[in-house]
Amino acid sequence: MNHGTALLWKRRALSSLSATRRGLPKEKMTENGVMSRAKVLTIDTMNPTVKKVEYAVRGPIVQRAVELERELSEGMKKPFAEVIRANIGDAHAMGQQPITFFRQVLALCSYPELLSDNTFPEDAKSRACRILQSCGGNSLGAYSASQGIDSVRHDVARYIERRDGGVPCDPDDIYLTTGASDGIVTMLKLLVCGEGAGRTGVMISIPQYPLYSAALAELGAVQINYYLNEEKCWSLDISELQRALDEARRYCNPRALCIINPGNPTGQVQSRECIEDVIRFAAKERLFLMADEVYQDNVYADGCQFHSFKKVLFEMGPEYSETVELASFHSTSKCYMGECGFRGGYMEIINMDEEVKAQLTKLLSVRLCPPVPGQALMDLVVNPPRPGEPSYDSFIKERTATLSALAEKAKLTEQVLNTVQGISCNPVQGAMYSFPRITIPDKAINEATDQGQLPDMFYCMKMLEETGICLVPGSGFGQKDGTYHFRMTILPPRDKLKILLNKVKEFHQKFTQQYS
Amino acid sequence: MSVLQKINPDVKLMKQLEYAFMAKLAIHIKEQLRKGVKKPYKTIIDVSFGDPHKAGVKPLTFARQVIAACTYPKLMNSDKLPLDAKQRAQWLLDRCPGQSVGSYTATAGIPETVHKISAFITRRDGGAPSDPKNIFITAGSQWALMNILNVLVNKQASPRTGVLTPAPGHDKAVLSIVGMGGETIPYYLTEEQGWALQVEELQRALDSAQGVCKPVALYVINPGNPAGHVQSRKSIQEVIRFVSEKRLFLLADEVYQDCVQGENTEFVSYKRVLNEMGPPFSETVELASFHSVSKSVMGECGLRCGYVELVNVDPAVMKHIFTLFSKGSCSPVLGQIALDVMINPPQPGDPSYTLYNQETQHIRDMLIQNAKRVYEVVNSLPGLSCQPVDGGAFAFPRVFLPPKAIKKAKDLGMEPDTFYSVRLLEEAGVFVRPGCGYKQKKDTYHIRFCIMTPRDMMDELLGRLTSFHRKFMMDFA
Repeated sequence: MNHGTALLWKRRALSSLSATRRGLPKEKMTENGVMSRAKVLTIDTMNPTVKKVEYAVRGPIVQRAVELERELSEGMKKPFAEVIRANIGDAHAMGQQPITFFRQVLALCSYPELLSDNTFPEDAKSRACRILQSCGGNSLGAYSASQGIDSVRHDVARYIERRDGGVPCDPDDIYLTTGASDGIVTMLKLLVCGEGAGRTGVMISIPQYPLYSAALAELGAVQINYYLNEEKCWSLDISELQRALDEARRYCNPRALCIINPGNPTGQVQSRECIEDVIRFAAKERLFLMADEVYQDNVYADGCQFHSFKKVLFEMGPEYSETVELASFHSTSKCYMGECGFRGGYMEIINMDEEVKAQLTKLLSVRLCPPVPGQALMDLVVNPPRPGEPSYDSFIKERTATLSALAEKAKLTEQVLNTVQGISCNPVQGAMYSFPRITIPDKAINEATDQGQLPDMFYCMKMLEETGICLVPGSGFGQKDGTYHFRMTILPPRDKLKILLNKVKEFHQKFTQQYS
Repeated sequence: MSVLQKINPDVKLMKQLEYAFMAKLAIHIKEQLRKGVKKPYKTIIDVSFGDPHKAGVKPLTFARQVIAACTYPKLMNSDKLPLDAKQRAQWLLDRCPGQSVGSYTATAGIPETVHKISAFITRRDGGAPSDPKNIFITAGSQWALMNILNVLVNKQASPRTGVLTPAPGHDKAVLSIVGMGGETIPYYLTEEQGWALQVEELQRALDSAQGVCKPVALYVINPGNPAGHVQSRKSIQEVIRFVSEKRLFLLADEVYQDCVQGENTEFVSYKRVLNEMGPPFSETVELASFHSVSKSVMGECGLRCGYVELVNVDPAVMKHIFTLFSKGSCSPVLGQIALDVMINPPQPGDPSYTLYNQETQHIRDMLIQNAKRVYEVVNSLPGLSCQPVDGGAFAFPRVFLPPKAIKKAKDLGMEPDTFYSVRLLEEAGVFVRPGCGYKQKKDTYHIRFCIMTPRDMMDELLGRLTSFHRKFMMDFA
């Protein structure tokens, strides 16, 4: 046998030994027959809590909507001319116009050479100068302190005082954040601890905005569901809070209570009485209160009014105002501004232990600082043009137009949806969504289950494929067992919304017929 | 007693003492100066952060013009802005839902910008292919790193998940890892060799983790922070072979890739080298590489935008990474605009090209000059030594503190280099950060300061440092 053949024999002999015996890293045969090395980061080795994280607002149905958009743009024929993204609370995406004054100031801040441009009003210019002076190197591009620009925090504090009829606000209690989500997630990160039956439990409404469930899953916290009362316009019953808490105490350590007011997805605006009850409950049960108030300007229904948790807390007297620990959150993404892309927000922390506050500050500093343009925008939101200033009239006009359009659309949505047999929609008292209950025929439920889909996802997917309308199934937000819902924004322009609502109506009727 | 008396113990473990204390001191001194208290200096030179705009470096005109036009589209009719800025702004607005920068973008960022990033990466890396599906635009590189670490670090695991981290190395990654319930395993860079990364040291670090934690990833910063080294191709190859052999996920923080000052120094990316090494490495080594608008010559730290490219990551895991990013909605849109300009700047022939080129060249020259001056001046002072600052935004000189000074520091309950830095701030008005915040070899002391500053500020700084240092060394002789 010559040398070459001998080598060949040796190689063949070696290759028949298992990989591990040869001392090589384990190799796997994939489906298409390609040898691939086992990866370091796999489904089995990755952080298990991350696997449980879901965020329906940008979840699978939205991904399908994106695909459909692409197919449409490539000329594929569909039963609809466009995909309508009624899944996300993004007002500008649906045609809402920004507030001119805000954009003027931000443009001036971005490119200060424009300060010599006479097409900009004087008040916008002086505001831009004031903001730039509080930025390092007079630039939006410098880092700010991680708690946020000092002067902006002061302005936020004054806004809160004005809003709350004079209840004092300490700027040191204000933290500027990257959208409200940043503050919410950081607070949860801070307070989730313990093992086993001592693991932190956090109370959240069902239905809820799925950032909460996602964050709790990621942190491995226990989610404690309390059900809002659909029959009573999604109101909150203290007895239900008590029930949920008492049950949860058996397997976890409940430490916080989250409430979204005005509600998302439900749109309810809690009464003052209800807010007082929640505060009393939190005080009695020693729970940290997290009040998500990002929709505070979005209140439409007659007889409804936004009451801030902070204000009510202080009006309840020192027994509560000096003891109940509260974090309230606001954002530049909603209300009349709708500036989601700026990622502006703040949280106000009341009665937090100083040492814990220091830990909170430390935790926030890891992401360095919130986006400075968002901080600048927040400054304008809490400090808008005043009577007598050049931009005041147009500011009021624009704000009023936006809010009244939303109010009109809220009503329209409720009206149209309630004309559909099998759809029942609570009044949209506030926020930006309707969350109607839908009746899904048993046949459809079975087909959904056969396909491994939740019934309301099945329904929404069908709606998407047949009408191009993208909604989010109620299962993404949580709902009572055996009930189904979808969340649809009220944001498209009125005429488009009308068409949309009628398409939803038609679809529902057709769907019900098809599966009867 | 507070409801929050008990909090997440991992958060408590995050160490961050020195800077907070010095920042307060700086604010106090600024107040005193404002009130007219007499000091040997009129202003504080704050070089404690890698923040060029704060130091007085100007933003790039074209980028800000585009941002302004996107923010206030009426400017499209203005003759104040050059045509190409308006065109870029229009192009971007057309790709924002509702033609507004106030809308959310797709989770991974404006899709066309993501495509441009992949083209940028391919150009940078000599043609190495880059899949847009593996790129996420994020609110700063740290945000992206936190999300990736979140997937890697299994808090419930016993032993705890470990990540090899450079020493010296900036503290943000360390804080993230600890805050998530992971362990950091420091590997020491070799100061005498210009802060080079030695594979033997990686092995030593890995061995030290035996029985302590389970290492899953290696975090490298190239160019370095605070150490200003730029890895050679050979060094990068060694690291890639190491992670391949030891089965570690590679996290490559390359945010300073635009800041290369050293003569005959070239930045070459981990992705490029990985691709050049071919299979099996190019097809198996799992890599995340990070870039940012904060640290390029753009210096747009406050806009909070960067991206991460993931290579060879399991598709099933990618789905979960996407979900993690999606719950943060999207990156700030103005930051995405700056990123678009950074990776796709004005080209020769464009109206803004000359100015853009002038401005970026000016900043690069400034960096090169500053790096040279710092090296010369610091090394001329007895008791100070500085490795060449070949890349990055910082100098990290070593301070050879006299025993008397070390004792004084210990009496005051301070780290010796904190003591030196506090004195430097109080007596000379120069705000640097002590080396103890970056994990240095035991009994060595350093200071870190940003060199991305205007030339005159750097000269002033070096002048003050020289006077202060001489006096300090005499006082504690």
